[in-house]
Amino acid sequence: MKEIVVISGKGGTGKTSLTASFAELAGENVAVADCDVDAADMHLLLKPDFAKSEDFYSGYTAKIIQDECIQCGKCAEVCRFNAIPVVREKYVVDPIACEGCGYCARVCPTDAIEMNDAYSGKLYVSETKAGSPMVHARLGIGADNSGKLVTKVKTEAKEIAVKKNKDFIIVDGSPGIGCPVVSSLSGADFVVLVTEPSVSGFHDLKRVYELLKTFRLKAGCIINKSDLNFEITNEIKTFLEEENIIHLADLPYDESFTKAMTNGKTIVEFDNGELKEKIENIWKDISNN
Amino acid sequence: MKIAIASGKGGTGKTTLSSNLAKFLAEEIPVVLIDLDVEEPNSGLFISGELKESQDKFKMIPEWVEDKCDACGICQSVCNYNAILQLGDLITVFPELCHSCYACSELCPTNALPMFPKKMGELRHYQSKNLDFIESKLEIGEEQAVPLIHQTKSYVKENIPENVIQIYDSPPGTSCPVIEASKDADFIILVTEPTPFGFHDLKLAIDTMEELDKEFGVVINRDGIGNDDVEKFCDREVIEILAKIPNSRRIAELYSQGKLLYDSIPEVREQLEKIRDYIFELELKMVK
Amino acid sequence: MKIAFTSKGVEWDSQMDPRFGRTEFIVVYDEEKDELTNMDNSAIADEAHGAGPQTAKVLFDMGAKVLITGNGPGGNAATILEKTGIKSHIGAGEMTVKEAYESYKKDELEKL
Repeated sequence: MKEIVVISGKGGTGKTSLTASFAELAGENVAVADCDVDAADMHLLLKPDFAKSEDFYSGYTAKIIQDECIQCGKCAEVCRFNAIPVVREKYVVDPIACEGCGYCARVCPTDAIEMNDAYSGKLYVSETKAGSPMVHARLGIGADNSGKLVTKVKTEAKEIAVKKNKDFIIVDGSPGIGCPVVSSLSGADFVVLVTEPSVSGFHDLKRVYELLKTFRLKAGCIINKSDLNFEITNEIKTFLEEENIIHLADLPYDESFTKAMTNGKTIVEFDNGELKEKIENIWKDISNN
Repeated sequence: MKIAIASGKGGTGKTTLSSNLAKFLAEEIPVVLIDLDVEEPNSGLFISGELKESQDKFKMIPEWVEDKCDACGICQSVCNYNAILQLGDLITVFPELCHSCYACSELCPTNALPMFPKKMGELRHYQSKNLDFIESKLEIGEEQAVPLIHQTKSYVKENIPENVIQIYDSPPGTSCPVIEASKDADFIILVTEPTPFGFHDLKLAIDTMEELDKEFGVVINRDGIGNDDVEKFCDREVIEILAKIPNSRRIAELYSQGKLLYDSIPEVREQLEKIRDYIFELELKMVK
Repeated sequence: MKIAFTSKGVEWDSQMDPRFGRTEFIVVYDEEKDELTNMDNSAIADEAHGAGPQTAKVLFDMGAKVLITGNGPGGNAATILEKTGIKSHIGAGEMTVKEAYESYKKDELEKL
């Protein structure tokens, strides 16, 4: 079984659209994991049925039991996050500011503070309209995107892939360079970097590659919207050569990406020409690598 | 006046808007642009200026003093982040996991874990005529954006006069860094694109702003691609659409080159004028 | 000597778990006593952060001197393993526990 993780560093490069196309091309032989949990979008293209949902908890939130509270203020004194203001003459925990460290609960002389599991979002296990299993999630507002939810999505997807004997797991990775990306990458057999030839795109590609280097993972790169700026496309190609990253393909700036999305389809379902062929070839390369 | 520019989805044009808007406004009034997307700050690719100030930013981390420690294990038991591990007589601190709550340090009976500053990022302050530009960047390997965002806001408070308009380029998404970046703003501009992804993520961003009880308006970028679902939604929900920046290949090309848009594309200038007028009206209302 | 394995089950023919910090089980083989014991690692695997070092601590508490795993421990966990003198061998992620042990004995696994 092969795990393919698609990441981008910068948002808006076409990562999710391409990942969905690969999933479509892999047909039933794939389990899909949408690890882009902070604003997940792949379900808009793959149309999963949200069959099973599970509440997800991460970290803690403090709560003051007013009946037991003697209003001594020791909790507010030790709180480093300004999370215990006085509201209408009572000490109250602000759940958005609370980081769940538990210090207040430990110093409370009357044991009036309880640490509750912090609700952080929902995990879904679905079947896409193409009939393949898909694990996805929705991170709660203001939640700590620690990578825990990403890990959960991946773990479930892997379990299903093994149970149902799928040849591939395709992961829509998290953007950025923090924990969620690290969790997205862990266990990958091949990483696909999607970038665009802009100053920002190249800048973020280099930054995410720094992270990738520490994992010693095999990687390939797709330069999307490559004809927007040939100069930068060439700079990126040089960079790929220097770093031994496989140059998978250049894709032209094509409004089909958006048109397909607007029609609720993946590009390979919507387009019938060169773009579809190019993406099919990329998938062939990735699946054989 | 503090304006945060945010979006649910990445790549909608937050940085494009914040850098163009800041430079445009600075033609007439003093403005400070602050890039709070500390994991991947990009505004600096579009805005230049003279480096005025460069500061290392630190977070407080406990450091183990071995000869004061009696291996009681209280530090490990009070840490909710697994940032302290006890193995027999050996205490190990994991700085990236530490949230600087001070519990271990202050509850240690022998004072064996004093707090010391550890570098987690850098702040740079540039200036060019009417425009101050502040950018903070997290060190690679540092995982928490919130402390650096918080300290950057403090820097602005301490170093920028009150009458200067503050524009905050916030990180994408709806998780804690976005909350930290937006929570003190007077007004939020949500940037979206008129596509299914843009629409879906706009709704998430709106939920977030409502949770924070913030006033907000929407700017539609790349207007013309996709469909009119976003517009219809805003009309229905009585959400103000402050501007619509047109979709054009020319714009995409200029952006890819790291160039600002409004001085060569009149339609963009027009839209920025609309946003400027709205902001000035808002300021008046606030003063009243 | 006690040898620890990251595994998906508790038997000799169980599949190895390629991960370290978030491994499902830790299986320990005591060579002297010819005994196989195990630890359910799911509580640690469920932690948002710091799973690696916690799992390393489990190995330390169980008296393991060698770790056999798949991808290898992450940075923080590796620090702890080094401090406690536990030697890590990687590359056994797709084997069964038995196969991993035999590979280790034949010195075929990559040492960290």
